[in-house]
Amino acid sequence: MLSFAIAAATVMFGIAIALNLYRLARGPSRADRILALDTLAINSIALVMLRGIATESAVYFDAALVIAMMGFVGTAALCKFILSGDVIE
Amino acid sequence: MVEFGISLLVLLGAAFALLGSVGLARLPDIFTRLHGPTKATTLGVGALVTASMLHSLSSGGGLSLRELGITLFLFITAPVSAHMIAKAAAKSDK
Repeated sequence: MLSFAIAAATVMFGIAIALNLYRLARGPSRADRILALDTLAINSIALVMLRGIATESAVYFDAALVIAMMGFVGTAALCKFILSGDVIE
Repeated sequence: MVEFGISLLVLLGAAFALLGSVGLARLPDIFTRLHGPTKATTLGVGALVTASMLHSLSSGGGLSLRELGITLFLFITAPVSAHMIAKAAAKSDK
């Protein structure tokens, strides 16, 4: 039962990531693309954690934490670049 | 019984994340698009983290604190990054 739920959830996250990639390619403004990248990072965290539940291994949660930190730093740096034209002033 | 609850939480989290991404793809402008993923995906990850903690508790692995760390980090940084994206969108609008 849990394996069926995990398979269904993997398909749903795959569709979600495809929708994010659509917004990333299409997005009219730069802020749309940043938002799509941020959501893509969060969805990939969820996908990695799903893998961690399926294999009962603790390694995947460290990877998820690293993706979370990198995603936040990337979003903050891109927004800072749009706001002030410079990442490190 | 516990397995049923874990499966329900996993499916709930995946449904929330899918709804947030549908909102990101379908809503008309950037400020409404910001609304979908920043709320729905953090709730989706929250449900998935709860499922994962329940699973590691029920399979005898004990309570692991990494999941709580991920949740705490995401719940702190999601409003901050949403605020910064909104500021960037407001600036590039005019």
